[in-house]
Amino acid sequence: MSMNLLLAGFGGQGILFTGKVVAYAGMLDGKEVSWLPSYGPEMRGGTANCSVCVSGSPIGSPLVTAPDVLVAMNLPSLEKFEDTVVSGGMIIVDSSIVEAKIKRKDVKAIYLPATRLASDNGLKGMANMVIAGRLYKETKFCSENAFNEGIRKSIPARKQELLDNNMAAVKIGMKSGA
Amino acid sequence: MNFSRPHALTKAQFHYCPGCSHGIVHRLVAETMDELGIEGKTVGIAPVGCAVFAYNYFNCDMVQAAHGRAQAVATGIKRALPDNIVFTYQGDGDLAAIGTAETVHAATRGENITVIFINNAIYGMTGGQMAPTTLPGQITQTTPYGRSVKDAGHPIRVCEMLATLEGVALAQRVSVDSVKNVKAAKKAIKKAFEYQMEGKGYTIIEIVCACPTNWGLPMQESLDWLRDNMLAYYPLGVLKDVKEAKE
Amino acid sequence: MSEKVLMKGNEALAEAAIAAGCRHFFGYPITPQTEVAAHMSKRMPKIGGVYLQAESEVAAINMVLGASAAGVRAMTSSSSPGVSLKAEGLSYLAGSDLPAVIVNVQRAGPGLGGIQPSQADYWQATRAPGHGDFKMLVFAPSTVQEMVDLGAIAFDLGDKERMPAMILSDGLLGQMMEPVVMGSEEKKVQEKPWAVSGHKNKREHNVINSLYIDPPNMEAILKARYERYAEIQENEQRCEEYLTDDADIILVAYGASARISRSAVDAARKENIKAGLIRPITLWPYPDKAILSKIGTTKVFLCVEMSTGQMVDDVKLIVNGKRDVRFYGRTGGVVPTPAEVLNEIKKIKGGI
Repeated sequence: MSMNLLLAGFGGQGILFTGKVVAYAGMLDGKEVSWLPSYGPEMRGGTANCSVCVSGSPIGSPLVTAPDVLVAMNLPSLEKFEDTVVSGGMIIVDSSIVEAKIKRKDVKAIYLPATRLASDNGLKGMANMVIAGRLYKETKFCSENAFNEGIRKSIPARKQELLDNNMAAVKIGMKSGA
Repeated sequence: MNFSRPHALTKAQFHYCPGCSHGIVHRLVAETMDELGIEGKTVGIAPVGCAVFAYNYFNCDMVQAAHGRAQAVATGIKRALPDNIVFTYQGDGDLAAIGTAETVHAATRGENITVIFINNAIYGMTGGQMAPTTLPGQITQTTPYGRSVKDAGHPIRVCEMLATLEGVALAQRVSVDSVKNVKAAKKAIKKAFEYQMEGKGYTIIEIVCACPTNWGLPMQESLDWLRDNMLAYYPLGVLKDVKEAKE
Repeated sequence: MSEKVLMKGNEALAEAAIAAGCRHFFGYPITPQTEVAAHMSKRMPKIGGVYLQAESEVAAINMVLGASAAGVRAMTSSSSPGVSLKAEGLSYLAGSDLPAVIVNVQRAGPGLGGIQPSQADYWQATRAPGHGDFKMLVFAPSTVQEMVDLGAIAFDLGDKERMPAMILSDGLLGQMMEPVVMGSEEKKVQEKPWAVSGHKNKREHNVINSLYIDPPNMEAILKARYERYAEIQENEQRCEEYLTDDADIILVAYGASARISRSAVDAARKENIKAGLIRPITLWPYPDKAILSKIGTTKVFLCVEMSTGQMVDDVKLIVNGKRDVRFYGRTGGVVPTPAEVLNEIKKIKGGI
């Protein structure tokens, strides 16, 4: 399968890291991948977004302008990108932050209270990984093995102690929506 | 004792004007290379200005740099070849106007290089314009009514300025207007190269020189003018010496 | 380091230089090339190399000149406004027959412009990197892997031809991550008998110089240099062709634009429009042979650039009126979408 993913939210929510996990997992699954961040003066607290492409063939434009999947972790992101999602695509919002409803009727709408689920489980600040778990469950964009390995590889060697918490957050996401 | 050409000078004939101090300073640098036995591992950098052809005169390996960039080029060479000896040879326009940033930052980094700085208070090669070291009231092609400090600012005392920087090992001002001063200049230049060989850091020897052609003075009068005016604004002496400071 | 890893274009370029034996990097901070310098500052101290943050772009390029004159592989990187400041050093490098690798991670201009991706420095890179009669090798990677591959080639060819080489990247390629495999073999750095490393009393002194005061002498030197340029133009041009054999419309695009154009070509083919792509990999020497060979078989060339139209001049010069040459561009930091380019292809298709 191929997937054009757009992740968007506030700086500091782990948007870029989540994108990196997806890209790494896709690569380890033998697929072509690209990861492209928005960059600029908004280093912290501003808006951040990240384009990730996973495909069976070479990737042309790495800039995702018509995502198959949109992950919106704040309201401005949903408002800005909702209309760009392809028909039949999917939107995942962190419903503990975004109160608004998805207007589109031709996409799969997923409301996941990721921030609340993370803090309820003592995993504050890991809403992004809860979403990553749900994203994987919904799309199965790579093998489960590659996905787990992608998470491990995305965490720098000196921060591997964070792996367990990341995996725990992912599991919460995978179990959600049952 | 034979008075002969130092080995570190080529046989090329200098193109400098009569009464110009470049020839003397070239010789002092070359004698230093001979005496220290370092010609074979020295790389010199020629500036843009009257000394642009210095690569024809020094027998060591030479690079001709863009205007003001000699110390950046020297930095690149020294970082690539830390065991070699690297010196720049620059005039006041090159070093203290267009190359001020390169000079200040090479000094503050403590680049282990030696800078031979010719201060004759004027742009020579382009025909006598105001230099950053031109004295107040001094007439040049571009200060025809004399340098007005109100409009053109004040001359820069380079060694005093650089002496405030931690990276500088030796900053000394000398002159070659008399036999006594030539001897003192030679001693200073040799000391600078020795400091470099010992890895002490950035060394600069400023030589206050005459430019009879562009000053519009006969040779002897130009030396008088140098002593009366230049040395009053630019007093000779050691502005910084890490060794003396330690002792 | 032959494992496949995910790496940013800027970091890949830095690693490629290190793999090519570059141990001397001189830079100055500017967005969006920051990661090149940051990566070098992290790696160089660990491998006995030199990372030096210069006081200016002007100083950095002249430090590169000094290191290159001393015989080592040296590099600097910057983004558009900073590359303008390097113009002086590039001219002196070329005039002194010195190799060096210069990276331009292009952003929008003129002036301070913007920090988003752009290809508006094509003319600067290929026409006038500085004053005087000279050329510079210009490589245009379009993937992160190609950053690595071309980084090595830029050092090798620059050394061989004794001339500066530019990697013309952009903010999109510099910031994006893709899988990359580093080359594993140790690079053999060429002997440089011309270098100023001290004559050790064994040879005449070497002089690195760009000053020739006698006009006929200088003309002879320039002519000899241009004869070498002609050989490089003949032998070193590189490009990639994609579905060009039967194409009625051939897109010509490099770097990031080429990726977008390739997506547009695929989309056009799905709609039974015979589109293809010529992707120049060297911008100087420009791959004129590929374009010349398609004049007889295609109907229209369409240049796609992130500028108001610069490379299109080269295509027009080569095509020389024999075919229609069109242009589509977005500029100012705006990246064109494959859909826009497809739309342009369709418009052309309607007219032929």
